[in-house]
Amino acid sequence: MRTLHHFNGGVHPAQHKAESNTRPIVAAPVPPRLVVPLHQHIGSAAKPLVKVGDKVLKGQMIAAAEGYVSAAVHAPTSGTVTVVEMQTVPHPSGLPDLCVTMETDHEERWIAHAPLDYRAMDPSELRNHLRDAGVVGLGGAAFPSFIKLNPGPAQKLQTLILNGAECEPWITCDDRLMQERAEAIVQGIEIMRFMLRPEEILVGIEDNKPQAIAAMRAACALADFAVEVVPVPTIYPGGGAKQLIKVLTGKEPPSGGRSTDVGVQCFNVATAYSVHRAVHHGEPVISRIVTVTGNVRQPGNFEVLIGTPVEQLVQLAGGAKDGTNGYVMGGPMMGFTLPQPNVPVVKATNCIIASSQALFSPAPPALPCIRCSRCAVACPADLQPMDLYWFSRARNFGKAQEYALFDCIECGCCTYVCPSHIPLVQYFRFAKSEIWAREKEKEAADLARERHEFRQFRLEREKEERAEKLAQKAAAKLEMLGGSTDPEADAKKAAIQAAIERAKAKKAAVTPQNVDNLPPDKLKEIEEIEARRAKAKEGTQQDS
Amino acid sequence: MGSPYVAEQSSVSVIMLKVLAALVPAIAAYVWFFGPAILVGIALATATALACEAAMLKLRKYPVKPFLMDGSATVTAVLLALSIPPLAPWWLVVVGTAFAIVVAKQLYGGLGNNLFNPAMVGYAVLIISFPAAMTQWPAPDALAAAHLSFPDTLQYLFGGTLPDGIKLDALTMATPLDTLKTQLHLAHSVGDIRHMPIFGEVGGKGSEIIALGYLVGGLYLWQQRIISWHVPLAFLAALFATAGIFHLIDASRYVSPLFHLASGGALLCAFFIATDPVTGPTTPRGKLIFAAGIGFLTYIIRTFGGYPDGVAFAVLILNICVPLIDAYTQPPVFGHKDKKNSPQDGRP
Repeated sequence: MRTLHHFNGGVHPAQHKAESNTRPIVAAPVPPRLVVPLHQHIGSAAKPLVKVGDKVLKGQMIAAAEGYVSAAVHAPTSGTVTVVEMQTVPHPSGLPDLCVTMETDHEERWIAHAPLDYRAMDPSELRNHLRDAGVVGLGGAAFPSFIKLNPGPAQKLQTLILNGAECEPWITCDDRLMQERAEAIVQGIEIMRFMLRPEEILVGIEDNKPQAIAAMRAACALADFAVEVVPVPTIYPGGGAKQLIKVLTGKEPPSGGRSTDVGVQCFNVATAYSVHRAVHHGEPVISRIVTVTGNVRQPGNFEVLIGTPVEQLVQLAGGAKDGTNGYVMGGPMMGFTLPQPNVPVVKATNCIIASSQALFSPAPPALPCIRCSRCAVACPADLQPMDLYWFSRARNFGKAQEYALFDCIECGCCTYVCPSHIPLVQYFRFAKSEIWAREKEKEAADLARERHEFRQFRLEREKEERAEKLAQKAAAKLEMLGGSTDPEADAKKAAIQAAIERAKAKKAAVTPQNVDNLPPDKLKEIEEIEARRAKAKEGTQQDS
Repeated sequence: MGSPYVAEQSSVSVIMLKVLAALVPAIAAYVWFFGPAILVGIALATATALACEAAMLKLRKYPVKPFLMDGSATVTAVLLALSIPPLAPWWLVVVGTAFAIVVAKQLYGGLGNNLFNPAMVGYAVLIISFPAAMTQWPAPDALAAAHLSFPDTLQYLFGGTLPDGIKLDALTMATPLDTLKTQLHLAHSVGDIRHMPIFGEVGGKGSEIIALGYLVGGLYLWQQRIISWHVPLAFLAALFATAGIFHLIDASRYVSPLFHLASGGALLCAFFIATDPVTGPTTPRGKLIFAAGIGFLTYIIRTFGGYPDGVAFAVLILNICVPLIDAYTQPPVFGHKDKKNSPQDGRP
């Protein structure tokens, strides 16, 4: 038996898995129209390659990866591009983003696609192929997988982990995928093993999924390489990458670093499946399994084309029951409310929950924090959420960062347990965005200051250059005129002349002081003296 | 409304209700051994606390109902009532409770913002300002020379008059801790003192059963995860250890550690007072340091200080240290264990 480690904290919300995990995956029909966002992954948005009116084939690349951290986007079926415009996308902000909208022709005509002989390929070529196949993490983060499939300078890995934990309540898409397509997942793992060369491979599955564990064990037994299925205790957020790594290996990925710093890489099982489809079938990522559950009549899992409107999925699940007041994308702990029901399904859409008052009752008004520290006990990242709350609320972002705000994985455990019903994780999201905004401002201000300083320097320099030129011109002219070019002698002469003038002026300007209060006869005397002096001065001036 | 969309069923008022429920065994023992006067004190303190809180909230323009219903003022009132003599006149209860709620709690910012434990502030104000009234502890019913009926009790508490023929001396008796202190000053040995009628098996007659009631209530709170083990264990261990060391040095001058645990407010403090979340540390290590400090200081004040019981002042002194304790006991964050710049002490 493998020794498992544990992480601190975590909570046990009601699981709600049985609503949707008992029936097999159903293929969703092709909708009449697909809206495909071009920014479905972390990193730069893909650049569109098609324009209005273009006819596209199923699996055709309609947007290319842009920059290093990016992935391509493909047409989920054959049809005609109708618009390339901003549309509402599934994002908490509700803001629109660039999408390629297409009318489908229901003919499902594929591009030419074939299996790859991946073992004969250059590793970087294989990685680029996966990037161009649009393979991203399907656990919810949608990080371009080809980057994580680079073994790095060490050229090998200690542990490759496949994340089949699916710890959020309500979500069952990975559960069904593991039960029904275990062999395909293992074939994907084999390709990942080829690229990363790990010493060991572990598949972590929460112990509330016994059938999935059995199915994956059976498939792993057929593999010709060592891969072990490890059941882990069911606790939220046991499927968080850092937490799963800790449980399976005992190592903690360093804050600010990557899991590869401790020799571990972690992928969702659905990502392994799409790697298999991309390599063994030449198929890019154009669909995924989505759980539709909550306040719907027939909850279940569907294989859905990217770009399908969520509304349509809800209809497939029997339609929303009375009292539905919105749709949550993701799980109840970390998901977000969709801005409107007709947004498209994207690569990150693992689950749609129709919410209602009964299922997700609104939180009572928040009371002050009583420092009971239940949040700290529940935090899987060993943080002190009550302190982060005080600092975020006081906008003391320096202290918040000291208390490791950016190590918060926003799992929501703190808010889940708070007896004062304080929306803690919202404060942390707010604090993080404020800090990022300030950093951007500071960068812009630094840049502006540098430019200003350089401008000052440049003006000074130009002034000096001009002064020098003028001086040179003046010197040249003076030489031409033949005068003394010795500036020192000239200056001395000028000084002596100035001194003589000053002395003369002083003599001439001697005036009697304190004459205001003298009696009239004294004043008359002073007048006479002044008159004689003026006369005498005239005489001397005429002489000199 | 953002994520998470689900939450545990918990609230501040449920926590406070459970604390009050945990006090019931001790209150029952109190009434059994010392008569129903304590219930009057509790009722009076609760009424005063709620009235003061409502008035202050109105003044501060806060919504009154949600805060009154959270139960925190009631808990403060009951804890204070349990800390002061039940035979104290009505105005003593009112003054202490009013000070606790108005000054120690609301003027500092209300629920969650106060630095000092409000009940202990109330107690400190009373013991310093009205030392005589604060010594009117009742004798256990079994030992009292006279007994008051319930109407007579009310008459005394609110009117200040006793029935003819009954003197206050007949009703009151020094507490076990007080007796111990006085007798030790009179150079009697602990062994002799322990045989006086006020003392029971482990602590004082009657009051040791009340202490047992606090223990039972405290264990309930621990089982319900309202309190963690850190504060009660560290406090009792520190008190026991300090008392034990002195007892080993000279058993005739320093009474046994078990006596200290069973006397005065020790068990009330361990489970109900030192565990106040608002005024205590939030880190596990911090709680251990905080509670050990209180245990140690309680013994020192009891044995060498001027007051028979040191719990209140020990708690207040450690309350001042809480921000410092918190800053220096931050636990290591996930993924920071190898980093040099980990916020392990919260300092820049």
